[in-house]
Amino acid sequence: MAYSDKVIDHFNNPRNMGSFGKDEEGVGTGMVGAPECGDVMKLQIKVQDNRIVDAKFKTFGCGSAIASSSLATEWLKGKTLEEAQQIKNTDIVQELNLPPVKIHCSVLAEDAIKAALADYQKKAAAKTSSGSSQ
Amino acid sequence: MKLPIFLDNHSTTPVDPRVLEAMLPYFTEKFGNAASRNHVFGWEAEEAVEQARKQIAKLINADPKEIVFTSGATESDNLALKGVLEMYREKGTHIITSSTEHRAVLDTAKTLEAKGLATVTYLPVDKYGMVNPDDVRNAITDKTILISIMLANNEIGTINPVHEIGKIAKAKGVLFHCDATQGVGKIPVDVQAMGIDLMSFSAHKIYGPKGVGALYVRKKSPRVRLVPQMDGGGHERGMRSGTLPVPLIVGFGKACELCGAEMATEAPRIAAMRDRLQTSIMNAVEETYLNGHPTERLPGNLNISFAYVEGESLLMGMKDIALSSGSACTSATLEPSYVLRALGVGTELAHSSIRFGIGRFNTDEEIDYTIKKVVEVVTRLREMSPLYEMAKEGIDLKSVQWAAH
Repeated sequence: MAYSDKVIDHFNNPRNMGSFGKDEEGVGTGMVGAPECGDVMKLQIKVQDNRIVDAKFKTFGCGSAIASSSLATEWLKGKTLEEAQQIKNTDIVQELNLPPVKIHCSVLAEDAIKAALADYQKKAAAKTSSGSSQ
Repeated sequence: MKLPIFLDNHSTTPVDPRVLEAMLPYFTEKFGNAASRNHVFGWEAEEAVEQARKQIAKLINADPKEIVFTSGATESDNLALKGVLEMYREKGTHIITSSTEHRAVLDTAKTLEAKGLATVTYLPVDKYGMVNPDDVRNAITDKTILISIMLANNEIGTINPVHEIGKIAKAKGVLFHCDATQGVGKIPVDVQAMGIDLMSFSAHKIYGPKGVGALYVRKKSPRVRLVPQMDGGGHERGMRSGTLPVPLIVGFGKACELCGAEMATEAPRIAAMRDRLQTSIMNAVEETYLNGHPTERLPGNLNISFAYVEGESLLMGMKDIALSSGSACTSATLEPSYVLRALGVGTELAHSSIRFGIGRFNTDEEIDYTIKKVVEVVTRLREMSPLYEMAKEGIDLKSVQWAAH
Protein backbone atom coordinates (compact mmCIF):
# COMPACT_ATOMS: atom_id res chain seq x y z
CA MET A 1 0.00 0.00 0.00
CA ALA A 2 1.34 3.41 -0.88
CA TYR A 3 1.29 6.15 1.73
CA SER A 4 0.24 9.73 1.01
CA ASP A 5 3.00 12.32 0.96
CA LYS A 6 1.54 13.92 4.08
CA VAL A 7 1.69 10.65 6.02
CA ILE A 8 5.28 10.14 4.94
CA ASP A 9 6.17 13.69 5.91
CA HIS A 10 4.68 13.36 9.41
CA PHE A 11 6.33 9.97 9.82
CA ASN A 12 9.76 11.24 8.80
CA ASN A 13 9.44 14.61 10.57
CA PRO A 14 7.06 14.07 13.45
CA ARG A 15 5.77 17.33 14.96
CA ASN A 16 5.77 17.74 18.71
CA MET A 17 7.06 14.30 19.55
CA GLY A 18 7.83 13.81 23.24
CA SER A 19 6.31 14.10 26.69
CA PHE A 20 5.76 16.85 29.23
CA GLY A 21 7.44 16.59 32.60
CA LYS A 22 5.49 14.72 35.26
CA ASP A 23 4.96 17.79 37.43
CA GLU A 24 4.28 20.38 34.78
CA GLU A 25 1.26 22.59 35.41
CA GLY A 26 -1.83 22.48 33.25
CA VAL A 27 -1.11 19.26 31.47
CA GLY A 28 -3.80 16.80 30.38
CA THR A 29 -2.80 13.32 29.17
CA GLY A 30 -4.80 10.93 27.03
CA MET A 31 -3.61 7.40 26.41
CA VAL A 32 -5.69 5.22 24.12
CA GLY A 33 -5.31 1.92 22.29
CA ALA A 34 -3.67 -1.30 23.43
CA PRO A 35 -0.41 -3.05 22.59
CA GLU A 36 -2.28 -6.22 21.52
CA CYS A 37 -4.15 -4.18 18.93
CA GLY A 38 -0.88 -2.86 17.54
CA ASP A 39 -1.40 0.78 18.40
CA VAL A 40 -1.14 2.95 21.51
CA MET A 41 -1.29 6.74 21.40
CA LYS A 42 -0.30 9.09 24.16
CA LEU A 43 -1.40 12.66 23.56
CA GLN A 44 -0.71 15.52 25.94
CA ILE A 45 -1.95 19.08 25.99
CA LYS A 46 -0.68 22.00 28.02
CA VAL A 47 -3.38 24.53 28.83
CA GLN A 48 -3.16 28.16 29.91
CA ASP A 49 -6.27 30.34 30.29
CA ASN A 50 -8.50 27.88 28.51
CA ARG A 51 -6.18 27.71 25.51
CA ILE A 52 -3.87 24.88 24.45
CA VAL A 53 -0.42 26.42 24.35
CA ASP A 54 1.52 23.24 23.62
CA ALA A 55 0.87 19.60 22.72
CA LYS A 56 3.00 16.48 22.54
CA PHE A 57 2.56 12.90 21.44
CA LYS A 58 4.15 9.49 21.57
CA THR A 59 2.74 6.68 19.45
CA PHE A 60 3.29 2.96 19.10
CA GLY A 61 1.71 2.03 15.82
CA CYS A 62 1.88 2.07 12.06
CA GLY A 63 2.94 5.07 10.00
CA SER A 64 -0.64 6.30 9.69
CA ALA A 65 -1.14 6.16 13.46
CA ILE A 66 2.07 8.15 13.98
CA ALA A 67 1.03 10.68 11.33
CA SER A 68 -2.50 11.02 12.78
CA SER A 69 -1.19 11.83 16.24
CA SER A 70 1.50 14.14 14.92
CA LEU A 71 -1.12 16.05 12.94
CA ALA A 72 -3.42 16.16 15.97
CA THR A 73 -0.77 17.93 18.06
CA GLU A 74 -0.26 20.46 15.26
CA TRP A 75 -3.96 21.23 15.15
CA LEU A 76 -4.38 21.37 18.91
CA LYS A 77 -1.81 24.07 19.48
CA GLY A 78 -3.45 27.47 19.82
CA LYS A 79 -6.99 26.12 20.03
CA THR A 80 -9.34 26.76 22.95
CA LEU A 81 -10.61 23.69 24.78
CA GLU A 82 -13.99 24.09 23.08
CA GLU A 83 -12.39 24.29 19.65
CA ALA A 84 -10.28 21.22 20.38
CA GLN A 85 -13.43 19.24 21.18
CA GLN A 86 -14.59 19.86 17.63
CA ILE A 87 -11.69 18.05 15.91
CA LYS A 88 -13.16 15.06 14.11
CA ASN A 89 -11.47 11.90 12.90
CA THR A 90 -12.88 12.56 9.43
CA ASP A 91 -10.86 15.81 9.31
CA ILE A 92 -7.72 13.78 9.91
CA VAL A 93 -8.70 11.19 7.29
CA GLN A 94 -9.19 13.95 4.77
CA GLU A 95 -6.01 15.85 5.58
CA LEU A 96 -3.79 12.74 5.50
CA ASN A 97 -5.64 10.97 2.70
CA LEU A 98 -5.98 7.83 4.80
CA PRO A 99 -7.28 4.72 3.02
CA PRO A 100 -10.31 2.92 4.54
CA VAL A 101 -8.11 0.31 6.25
CA LYS A 102 -6.37 3.11 8.20
CA ILE A 103 -9.46 5.00 9.37
CA HIS A 104 -9.12 3.44 12.82
CA CYS A 105 -5.86 5.40 13.23
CA SER A 106 -7.78 8.65 12.91
CA VAL A 107 -10.47 7.40 15.30
CA LEU A 108 -7.74 6.65 17.79
CA ALA A 109 -6.34 10.17 17.40
CA GLU A 110 -9.76 11.70 18.04
CA ASP A 111 -10.17 9.47 21.09
CA ALA A 112 -6.74 10.57 22.32
CA ILE A 113 -7.70 14.24 21.97
CA LYS A 114 -10.94 13.69 23.89
CA ALA A 115 -9.11 11.69 26.57
CA ALA A 116 -6.47 14.41 27.00
CA LEU A 117 -9.16 17.12 27.28
CA ALA A 118 -11.12 15.06 29.81
CA ASP A 119 -7.98 14.42 31.84
CA TYR A 120 -7.14 18.11 31.88
CA GLN A 121 -10.67 19.04 32.92
CA LYS A 122 -10.68 16.42 35.64
CA LYS A 123 -7.38 17.69 37.03
CA ALA A 124 -8.51 21.31 36.80
CA ALA A 125 -11.76 20.51 38.61
CA ALA A 126 -9.89 18.62 41.33
CA LYS A 127 -7.56 21.58 41.76
CA THR A 128 -10.41 24.08 41.97
CA SER A 129 -12.27 22.02 44.53
CA SER A 130 -9.16 21.36 46.62
CA GLY A 131 -8.26 25.05 46.31
CA SER A 132 -11.67 26.21 47.52
CA SER A 133 -11.64 23.88 50.48
CA GLN A 134 -8.46 25.40 51.85
CA MET B 1 25.29 -0.76 -3.95
CA LYS B 2 21.89 -0.26 -5.54
CA LEU B 3 18.79 0.75 -3.62
CA PRO B 4 16.20 -0.53 -2.88
CA ILE B 5 17.57 -3.76 -1.44
CA PHE B 6 15.49 -6.92 -1.81
CA LEU B 7 15.50 -8.84 1.48
CA ASP B 8 12.17 -10.57 1.02
CA ASN B 9 13.33 -13.75 -0.68
CA HIS B 10 10.68 -15.89 1.03
CA SER B 11 7.98 -14.07 -0.89
CA THR B 12 9.64 -14.53 -4.25
CA THR B 13 13.05 -14.37 -5.90
CA PRO B 14 14.37 -12.76 -9.05
CA VAL B 15 14.86 -15.04 -12.04
CA ASP B 16 18.51 -16.06 -12.29
CA PRO B 17 19.93 -14.70 -15.57
CA ARG B 18 21.07 -18.24 -16.47
CA VAL B 19 17.49 -19.42 -16.01
CA LEU B 20 16.15 -16.64 -18.20
CA GLU B 21 18.67 -17.46 -20.88
CA ALA B 22 17.51 -21.07 -20.94
CA MET B 23 13.87 -19.98 -21.20
CA LEU B 24 14.08 -17.38 -23.95
CA PRO B 25 14.18 -19.63 -27.06
CA TYR B 26 10.99 -21.30 -25.89
CA PHE B 27 9.00 -18.09 -26.17
CA THR B 28 9.87 -17.48 -29.80
CA GLU B 29 11.51 -19.98 -32.15
CA LYS B 30 10.75 -23.08 -30.02
CA PHE B 31 7.17 -22.20 -29.22
CA GLY B 32 5.59 -25.60 -29.86
CA ASN B 33 2.90 -27.29 -27.80
CA ALA B 34 4.46 -30.19 -25.93
CA ALA B 35 1.31 -32.20 -26.61
CA SER B 36 1.66 -31.91 -30.43
CA ARG B 37 2.81 -35.34 -31.47
CA ASN B 38 3.00 -34.84 -35.22
CA HIS B 39 5.62 -32.22 -35.93
CA VAL B 40 9.02 -31.03 -34.93
CA PHE B 41 7.72 -28.02 -33.00
CA GLY B 42 5.86 -30.32 -30.65
CA TRP B 43 8.73 -32.77 -30.35
CA GLU B 44 11.14 -29.98 -29.50
CA ALA B 45 8.83 -28.68 -26.80
CA GLU B 46 8.21 -32.13 -25.41
CA GLU B 47 11.91 -32.84 -25.27
CA ALA B 48 12.50 -29.61 -23.36
CA VAL B 49 9.75 -30.48 -20.89
CA GLU B 50 11.15 -33.96 -20.34
CA GLN B 51 14.63 -32.53 -19.80
CA ALA B 52 13.21 -30.14 -17.16
CA ARG B 53 11.31 -32.98 -15.53
CA LYS B 54 14.63 -34.82 -15.13
CA GLN B 55 16.37 -31.76 -13.68
CA ILE B 56 13.57 -31.23 -11.20
CA ALA B 57 13.29 -34.90 -10.23
CA LYS B 58 17.02 -35.10 -9.65
CA LEU B 59 16.96 -32.27 -7.10
CA ILE B 60 14.48 -34.16 -4.93
CA ASN B 61 15.62 -37.72 -5.72
CA ALA B 62 12.44 -38.65 -7.57
CA ASP B 63 11.65 -40.32 -10.87
CA PRO B 64 10.88 -37.81 -13.65
CA LYS B 65 7.51 -39.49 -14.20
CA GLU B 66 6.54 -38.55 -10.66
CA ILE B 67 6.60 -34.81 -11.42
CA VAL B 68 3.22 -33.24 -12.21
CA PHE B 69 3.44 -29.66 -13.42
CA THR B 70 1.03 -27.13 -11.95
CA SER B 71 0.70 -23.35 -11.87
CA GLY B 72 2.47 -23.16 -8.52
CA ALA B 73 2.58 -24.49 -4.99
CA THR B 74 -0.92 -23.26 -4.13
CA GLU B 75 -2.37 -25.37 -6.93
CA SER B 76 -0.15 -28.29 -5.91
CA ASP B 77 -1.42 -28.10 -2.32
CA ASN B 78 -5.02 -27.96 -3.53
CA LEU B 79 -4.51 -30.87 -5.90
CA ALA B 80 -2.80 -32.98 -3.25
CA LEU B 81 -5.40 -32.51 -0.54
CA LYS B 82 -8.54 -32.45 -2.67
CA GLY B 83 -7.30 -35.08 -5.10
CA VAL B 84 -6.35 -37.56 -2.38
CA LEU B 85 -9.51 -36.98 -0.36
CA GLU B 86 -11.69 -37.55 -3.37
CA MET B 87 -9.78 -40.62 -4.52
CA TYR B 88 -9.63 -42.40 -1.18
CA ARG B 89 -12.80 -41.23 0.55
CA GLU B 90 -14.04 -44.78 0.99
CA LYS B 91 -10.92 -45.55 3.01
CA GLY B 92 -11.17 -42.53 5.26
CA THR B 93 -11.68 -38.80 5.42
CA HIS B 94 -9.41 -37.67 8.23
CA ILE B 95 -6.51 -35.29 7.53
CA ILE B 96 -3.74 -34.34 9.95
CA THR B 97 -2.00 -31.03 9.42
CA SER B 98 -0.47 -28.31 11.58
CA SER B 99 -1.48 -24.84 12.68
CA THR B 100 1.45 -23.10 11.01
CA GLU B 101 0.98 -24.46 7.49
CA HIS B 102 0.72 -22.07 4.58
CA ARG B 103 -2.75 -20.75 3.85
CA ALA B 104 -2.83 -22.84 0.68
CA VAL B 105 -2.96 -25.97 2.86
CA LEU B 106 -4.99 -24.55 5.76
CA ASP B 107 -7.67 -22.99 3.61
CA THR B 108 -7.92 -26.08 1.41
CA ALA B 109 -8.37 -28.20 4.55
CA LYS B 110 -11.00 -25.76 5.83
CA THR B 111 -12.88 -25.92 2.54
CA LEU B 112 -12.92 -29.72 2.66
CA GLU B 113 -14.14 -29.52 6.25
CA ALA B 114 -16.84 -26.98 5.41
CA LYS B 115 -18.11 -29.16 2.58
CA GLY B 116 -18.30 -32.10 4.95
CA LEU B 117 -15.72 -34.03 2.92
CA ALA B 118 -13.08 -34.26 5.62
CA THR B 119 -12.41 -33.97 9.30
CA VAL B 120 -9.16 -32.19 10.04
CA THR B 121 -6.79 -32.26 13.02
CA TYR B 122 -4.63 -29.13 13.30
CA LEU B 123 -1.60 -30.06 15.37
CA PRO B 124 -0.01 -27.43 17.59
CA VAL B 125 3.67 -26.57 17.27
CA ASP B 126 6.28 -25.97 19.96
CA LYS B 127 7.68 -22.55 20.82
CA TYR B 128 10.08 -22.81 17.88
CA GLY B 129 7.30 -23.66 15.45
CA MET B 130 8.15 -27.34 15.17
CA VAL B 131 5.66 -30.18 14.86
CA ASN B 132 6.21 -33.03 17.32
CA PRO B 133 6.24 -36.40 15.46
CA ASP B 134 4.63 -38.04 18.52
CA ASP B 135 1.66 -35.70 18.09
CA VAL B 136 1.36 -36.89 14.51
CA ARG B 137 1.46 -40.53 15.60
CA ASN B 138 -1.11 -39.97 18.34
CA ALA B 139 -3.49 -38.14 16.01
CA ILE B 140 -3.68 -41.00 13.51
CA THR B 141 -6.99 -42.90 13.57
CA ASP B 142 -8.27 -45.70 11.35
CA LYS B 143 -9.97 -42.97 9.30
CA THR B 144 -6.76 -40.99 8.67
CA ILE B 145 -6.01 -40.81 4.97
CA LEU B 146 -3.46 -38.01 4.72
CA ILE B 147 -0.83 -36.20 6.77
CA SER B 148 0.10 -32.76 5.42
CA ILE B 149 3.05 -31.16 7.19
CA MET B 150 5.30 -28.50 5.70
CA LEU B 151 9.05 -28.91 5.32
CA ALA B 152 10.02 -25.38 6.34
CA ASN B 153 7.88 -22.49 7.47
CA ASN B 154 7.63 -19.40 5.27
CA GLU B 155 7.63 -16.90 8.15
CA ILE B 156 10.04 -18.29 10.70
CA GLY B 157 12.02 -20.76 8.58
CA THR B 158 11.72 -23.60 11.11
CA ILE B 159 12.42 -26.98 9.53
CA ASN B 160 10.11 -29.80 10.62
CA PRO B 161 11.35 -33.33 11.48
CA VAL B 162 10.03 -34.59 8.16
CA HIS B 163 12.09 -37.81 8.14
CA GLU B 164 10.41 -38.97 11.33
CA ILE B 165 6.95 -37.94 10.20
CA GLY B 166 7.53 -39.84 6.95
CA LYS B 167 8.45 -42.98 8.88
CA ILE B 168 5.34 -42.74 11.03
CA ALA B 169 3.14 -42.25 7.96
CA LYS B 170 4.68 -45.26 6.26
CA ALA B 171 4.36 -47.47 9.35
CA LYS B 172 0.70 -46.55 9.69
CA GLY B 173 -0.07 -46.76 5.99
CA VAL B 174 -1.13 -43.10 5.76
CA LEU B 175 -0.17 -40.90 2.81
CA PHE B 176 2.25 -38.06 3.58
CA HIS B 177 2.02 -34.76 1.73
CA CYS B 178 4.72 -32.18 2.34
CA ASP B 179 4.50 -28.54 1.32
CA ALA B 180 8.19 -28.02 0.60
CA THR B 181 7.87 -24.69 -1.19
CA GLN B 182 10.34 -22.89 1.07
CA GLY B 183 12.73 -25.81 1.48
CA VAL B 184 13.34 -27.21 -2.00
CA GLY B 185 16.48 -25.74 -3.50
CA LYS B 186 17.60 -24.31 -0.14
CA ILE B 187 18.18 -27.47 1.87
CA PRO B 188 18.64 -31.09 0.73
CA VAL B 189 15.32 -32.74 -0.06
CA ASP B 190 15.07 -36.46 -0.74
CA VAL B 191 11.54 -37.82 -1.15
CA GLN B 192 12.79 -41.38 -0.69
CA ALA B 193 14.73 -40.80 2.52
CA MET B 194 12.01 -38.51 3.86
CA GLY B 195 9.19 -40.94 3.10
CA ILE B 196 7.21 -38.31 1.23
CA ASP B 197 4.32 -39.44 -1.00
CA LEU B 198 3.23 -36.06 -2.35
CA MET B 199 5.21 -32.84 -2.33
CA SER B 200 4.38 -29.29 -3.42
CA PHE B 201 6.95 -26.78 -4.56
CA SER B 202 7.34 -23.93 -7.02
CA ALA B 203 9.85 -22.26 -9.31
CA HIS B 204 9.69 -18.63 -8.26
CA LYS B 205 11.05 -19.30 -4.79
CA ILE B 206 14.24 -20.74 -6.28
CA TYR B 207 15.18 -18.11 -8.87
CA GLY B 208 12.84 -19.51 -11.50
CA PRO B 209 9.80 -17.88 -13.10
CA LYS B 210 6.42 -17.24 -11.46
CA GLY B 211 3.49 -19.28 -12.70
CA VAL B 212 4.88 -22.79 -12.56
CA GLY B 213 5.18 -25.35 -9.81
CA ALA B 214 5.05 -29.07 -9.33
CA LEU B 215 3.39 -31.76 -7.32
CA TYR B 216 5.56 -34.79 -6.74
CA VAL B 217 3.27 -37.84 -6.79
CA ARG B 218 4.83 -41.15 -5.72
CA LYS B 219 4.53 -43.90 -8.34
CA LYS B 220 5.41 -46.97 -6.34
CA SER B 221 5.27 -48.26 -2.79
CA PRO B 222 2.74 -46.92 -2.62
CA ARG B 223 1.40 -45.82 -5.97
CA VAL B 224 -0.49 -42.62 -5.13
CA ARG B 225 -3.59 -41.81 -7.14
CA LEU B 226 -5.45 -38.53 -7.36
CA VAL B 227 -8.74 -37.35 -8.72
CA PRO B 228 -7.81 -34.47 -11.02
CA GLN B 229 -9.20 -31.08 -10.08
CA MET B 230 -8.90 -29.76 -13.64
CA ASP B 231 -10.62 -31.60 -16.47
CA GLY B 232 -9.41 -31.41 -20.03
CA GLY B 233 -6.88 -32.98 -22.34
CA GLY B 234 -5.52 -35.40 -19.76
CA HIS B 235 -2.02 -33.96 -19.57
CA GLU B 236 0.38 -34.97 -16.80
CA ARG B 237 -0.74 -38.60 -16.59
CA GLY B 238 -4.31 -37.37 -16.36
CA MET B 239 -3.68 -35.60 -13.08
CA ARG B 240 -3.55 -32.05 -14.35
CA SER B 241 -4.97 -31.04 -17.70
CA GLY B 242 -3.85 -27.89 -19.44
CA THR B 243 -1.23 -27.00 -22.05
CA LEU B 244 2.18 -27.05 -20.45
CA PRO B 245 3.85 -23.62 -20.12
CA VAL B 246 7.03 -24.81 -21.82
CA PRO B 247 9.23 -21.71 -21.24
CA LEU B 248 8.29 -21.65 -17.56
CA ILE B 249 8.95 -25.36 -17.20
CA VAL B 250 12.32 -25.01 -18.90
CA GLY B 251 13.14 -22.23 -16.43
CA PHE B 252 11.94 -24.33 -13.50
CA GLY B 253 14.22 -27.18 -14.64
CA LYS B 254 17.23 -24.91 -15.02
CA ALA B 255 16.54 -23.32 -11.63
CA CYS B 256 16.51 -26.76 -9.99
CA GLU B 257 19.69 -27.77 -11.74
CA LEU B 258 21.45 -24.63 -10.48
CA CYS B 259 20.20 -25.12 -6.93
CA GLY B 260 21.41 -28.71 -6.97
CA ALA B 261 24.83 -27.73 -8.27
CA GLU B 262 25.32 -24.73 -5.99
CA MET B 263 23.50 -25.55 -2.76
CA ALA B 264 26.62 -26.85 -1.03
CA THR B 265 28.35 -23.48 -1.40
CA GLU B 266 25.32 -21.22 -1.52
CA ALA B 267 23.61 -22.37 1.70
CA PRO B 268 26.62 -21.69 3.98
CA ARG B 269 27.28 -18.35 2.27
CA ILE B 270 23.69 -17.23 2.81
CA ALA B 271 23.63 -18.63 6.37
CA ALA B 272 26.78 -16.66 7.19
CA MET B 273 25.15 -13.42 6.02
CA ARG B 274 22.03 -14.29 8.00
CA ASP B 275 24.04 -15.06 11.15
CA ARG B 276 25.91 -11.79 10.88
CA LEU B 277 22.67 -9.88 10.40
CA GLN B 278 21.15 -11.63 13.40
CA THR B 279 24.12 -11.21 15.75
CA SER B 280 24.78 -7.59 14.81
CA ILE B 281 21.15 -6.53 15.23
CA MET B 282 20.53 -8.46 18.42
CA ASN B 283 23.76 -7.25 20.00
CA ALA B 284 23.09 -3.63 19.13
CA VAL B 285 19.40 -3.47 20.01
CA GLU B 286 18.06 -4.47 23.41
CA GLU B 287 14.84 -6.45 23.83
CA THR B 288 14.81 -8.22 20.53
CA TYR B 289 13.42 -11.74 20.26
CA LEU B 290 14.25 -14.37 17.68
CA ASN B 291 11.17 -16.09 16.27
CA GLY B 292 11.66 -19.62 15.01
CA HIS B 293 14.16 -22.34 15.74
CA PRO B 294 17.69 -21.14 16.61
CA THR B 295 19.38 -23.84 14.49
CA GLU B 296 16.80 -25.95 12.62
CA ARG B 297 16.01 -23.08 10.30
CA LEU B 298 16.31 -22.19 6.61
CA PRO B 299 19.72 -20.64 5.88
CA GLY B 300 18.26 -17.36 4.60
CA ASN B 301 15.59 -16.84 7.24
CA LEU B 302 15.66 -14.38 10.11
CA ASN B 303 12.54 -13.34 12.00
CA ILE B 304 12.94 -10.91 14.89
CA SER B 305 10.47 -9.10 17.13
CA PHE B 306 11.50 -5.63 18.27
CA ALA B 307 9.65 -4.86 21.51
CA TYR B 308 7.80 -1.51 21.77
CA VAL B 309 7.78 -0.72 18.04
CA GLU B 310 5.16 -1.73 15.51
CA GLY B 311 6.15 -3.71 12.44
CA GLU B 312 4.62 -1.65 9.70
CA SER B 313 6.22 1.52 11.02
CA LEU B 314 9.55 -0.31 11.01
CA LEU B 315 9.06 -1.23 7.36
CA MET B 316 8.07 2.35 6.58
CA GLY B 317 11.21 3.62 8.26
CA MET B 318 13.30 1.30 6.09
CA LYS B 319 11.54 1.86 2.83
CA ASP B 320 14.64 1.28 0.76
CA ILE B 321 14.82 -2.28 2.11
CA ALA B 322 12.12 -4.71 1.02
CA LEU B 323 11.07 -6.74 4.06
CA SER B 324 7.96 -8.29 5.49
CA SER B 325 6.25 -8.07 8.88
CA GLY B 326 3.91 -10.18 10.97
CA SER B 327 2.13 -7.02 12.02
CA ALA B 328 -1.63 -6.84 11.56
CA CYS B 329 -1.28 -3.59 9.70
CA THR B 330 0.56 -5.33 6.90
CA SER B 331 -2.04 -8.06 6.47
CA ALA B 332 -5.37 -7.90 4.73
CA THR B 333 -7.14 -9.37 7.75
CA LEU B 334 -5.84 -6.89 10.35
CA GLU B 335 -4.83 -9.86 12.49
CA PRO B 336 -1.20 -10.35 13.44
CA SER B 337 0.63 -13.40 12.08
CA TYR B 338 -1.16 -16.65 12.92
CA VAL B 339 2.19 -18.44 12.67
CA LEU B 340 3.74 -16.34 15.43
CA ARG B 341 0.57 -16.67 17.50
CA ALA B 342 0.79 -20.47 17.18
CA LEU B 343 4.32 -20.33 18.64
CA GLY B 344 2.90 -18.58 21.67
CA VAL B 345 4.45 -15.22 20.74
CA GLY B 346 2.36 -12.51 22.42
CA THR B 347 0.15 -10.42 20.16
CA GLU B 348 2.17 -7.29 20.89
CA LEU B 349 5.41 -9.00 19.85
CA ALA B 350 3.73 -10.45 16.77
CA HIS B 351 2.87 -6.87 15.79
CA SER B 352 6.56 -6.02 16.24
CA SER B 353 8.05 -8.74 14.05
CA ILE B 354 10.14 -8.37 10.93
CA ARG B 355 11.06 -11.14 8.53
CA PHE B 356 14.37 -10.89 6.72
CA GLY B 357 14.75 -13.25 3.75
CA ILE B 358 18.26 -13.47 2.37
CA GLY B 359 18.83 -14.94 -1.05
CA ARG B 360 21.32 -15.74 -3.79
CA PHE B 361 21.83 -12.18 -4.96
CA ASN B 362 22.25 -10.41 -1.64
CA THR B 363 25.68 -9.06 -0.78
CA ASP B 364 27.65 -8.36 2.39
CA GLU B 365 27.39 -4.67 1.64
CA GLU B 366 23.60 -4.90 1.63
CA ILE B 367 23.69 -6.71 4.96
CA ASP B 368 25.90 -3.95 6.43
CA TYR B 369 23.48 -1.30 5.22
CA THR B 370 20.52 -3.22 6.64
CA ILE B 371 22.14 -3.62 10.06
CA LYS B 372 22.83 0.10 10.25
CA LYS B 373 19.35 1.02 9.10
CA VAL B 374 17.56 -1.38 11.46
CA VAL B 375 19.43 -0.08 14.50
CA GLU B 376 18.76 3.51 13.47
CA VAL B 377 15.05 3.05 12.82
CA VAL B 378 14.32 0.94 15.91
CA THR B 379 16.08 3.56 18.06
CA ARG B 380 14.12 6.39 16.48
CA LEU B 381 10.77 4.63 16.76
CA ARG B 382 11.40 3.62 20.35
CA GLU B 383 11.97 7.26 21.24
CA MET B 384 8.55 7.84 19.75
CA SER B 385 6.94 4.91 21.55
CA PRO B 386 4.88 5.49 24.72
CA LEU B 387 5.38 1.79 25.54
CA TYR B 388 9.16 2.14 25.54
CA GLU B 389 8.88 5.21 27.73
CA MET B 390 6.68 3.36 30.22
CA ALA B 391 8.94 0.32 30.24
CA LYS B 392 11.95 2.58 30.90
CA GLU B 393 10.05 4.09 33.84
CA GLY B 394 9.68 0.60 35.25
CA ILE B 395 5.99 0.23 34.50
CA ASP B 396 4.92 -3.35 33.86
CA LEU B 397 2.99 -3.03 30.59
CA LYS B 398 1.02 -6.16 31.41
CA SER B 399 -0.39 -4.51 34.54
CA VAL B 400 -1.78 -1.53 32.62
CA GLN B 401 -5.53 -1.37 31.99
CA TRP B 402 -5.57 -0.60 28.29
CA ALA B 403 -8.53 1.06 26.70
CA ALA B 404 -8.79 -1.47 23.89
CA HIS B 405 -10.65 -0.41 20.80
